[in-house]
Amino acid sequence: MNLACQACKKQPATVHLTDITPQGEKFERHLCEECAQSEGVTPKPPSQPQLGQILSAFVEGSKVSVQQIADLACPKCKLTFVEFRNTGLLGCSSDYDAFEKALVPLIERAHQGASHHIGKVPRRLGTPRAVENDLIRLRRELGRAVDNERYEEAAQLRDHIRTLEEK
Amino acid sequence: MKIDELARKPGPWLRGGGPMSDIVISSRIRLARNIAGYPFLSKVSDEQRTEVVNLIRRRVDGEGVGRKWRYVDLERVDELDRQVLVERHLISRQLVDARGARGVSFAKDESASVMVNEEDHLRIQVVRSGVQLEDIWEEINRLDDRLEEGIDYAFHPRYGYLTACPTNVGTGIRVSVMLHLPALKLTGEIEKFFRAAKDMHLAIRGLFGEGTEATGDFFQISNQVTLGRTEEEVIDAFKHDVIPRIIKYETQERKRLVKERPLALDDRVWRSYGALRNARTISSEETMLHLSHLRMGINLGRIKDVDLTTVNELFLITQPAHLQKLNGSRLNGEQRSAIRAELIRRRLGGH
Ligand SMILES: [Zn+2]
Ligand SMILES: [Zn+2]
Repeated sequence: MNLACQACKKQPATVHLTDITPQGEKFERHLCEECAQSEGVTPKPPSQPQLGQILSAFVEGSKVSVQQIADLACPKCKLTFVEFRNTGLLGCSSDYDAFEKALVPLIERAHQGASHHIGKVPRRLGTPRAVENDLIRLRRELGRAVDNERYEEAAQLRDHIRTLEEK
Repeated sequence: MKIDELARKPGPWLRGGGPMSDIVISSRIRLARNIAGYPFLSKVSDEQRTEVVNLIRRRVDGEGVGRKWRYVDLERVDELDRQVLVERHLISRQLVDARGARGVSFAKDESASVMVNEEDHLRIQVVRSGVQLEDIWEEINRLDDRLEEGIDYAFHPRYGYLTACPTNVGTGIRVSVMLHLPALKLTGEIEKFFRAAKDMHLAIRGLFGEGTEATGDFFQISNQVTLGRTEEEVIDAFKHDVIPRIIKYETQERKRLVKERPLALDDRVWRSYGALRNARTISSEETMLHLSHLRMGINLGRIKDVDLTTVNELFLITQPAHLQKLNGSRLNGEQRSAIRAELIRRRLGGH
């Protein structure tokens, strides 16, 4: 059975929060999406889709719950996922790992389904990764060459891939 | 650095020329980078923000990147100077509106710049006139390597170069071309072009990029996808697909105008030329419109006694901040319109 919202006592509670009283006591609150938003627990900026919509859009595509996403926070810079959704800006490099589950669907949507970098790699990281990236790119070019029946080019690409693989 | 001095002449890249510059005014590539070990700007402390500036300045101003660079501390210059830099495309409006320690380093010829503490710690940019994307990539890639020898970039094995906004993550590259498309606009075919661009996952913006509306005849078109493809692939798409297509569309419409509606075309072009040579007050919006028609008239060989360099220069120096710098005093809107009209008349040998 679903818990009823503590505010309206009608709708099922879908937002579960741990809050802290001014005296420092922890307490739990269970609200429905609407009440949570009208109480300002989940911020609703103007001109942006509602948090609930965004979260459920993520939930559909991944195995995380709304709750899990709402709870996400970066251990380093303390940015919460909800804050990120309000500004669109991350707080530090660690956010990419801290928010991974929620972030990947978003990244994929922004980049036509891609979630792996295959471009330039800083020199200080050495060549291994650069070679790996080259291989990804060359294999894709090979696929395109074959699709377009450019066999001479395909043969050259295949040779190039082999030499890289042997490294 | 004297910004007054800067305001007197357009940067060499805007003087025109360059391949296909009748339609593609300029091309630019920008790379977004952050420094490892520092939070992104929304979570950075004032102290760290200053450290970031110092780190980058030390790298850029030292012999780090080769030629001579100038740094402008945006906290120290006034609003008018900042606006001059925006009008010259050396900085974004976003950098002006940001707070705290921030600035821009740029090469003397203004073809390369590094914005510090805009949305990311570094926004590296290289620009050239016309279509020169491969040269630009070569230059910016080298510049990026040089910077990286002294700065550890935030980099992730899966996501690549990390950026404050995940829409830039990966290569952090934005390739953009500034376009002059008066014929497409005139014949109304521009809507089709917008739709095609959208299908190709490209963003269309106004003359000043991010946050500016695409009005008038000038557009900036840029890639949005930065992950899952290499820098070369993004550039190739522009070179072999996007740019040739735009040039084909616009050229087609220009030819059609010349062939099917020469009278309407000449009327438009000569009226604009007339307005520019005779107006006693003129807003910057009206100036843009008429300069656009004049530019088209020159490119189509209808007007022969004005050169493109003059037109390109007028585009820059008739903008509000440049006008005030050239005039040497602050002006209100009405005064600007009068002085602008006078300046244009003088340059075009008007009455
Ligand atoms: Zn409720
Ligand atoms: Zn963080």
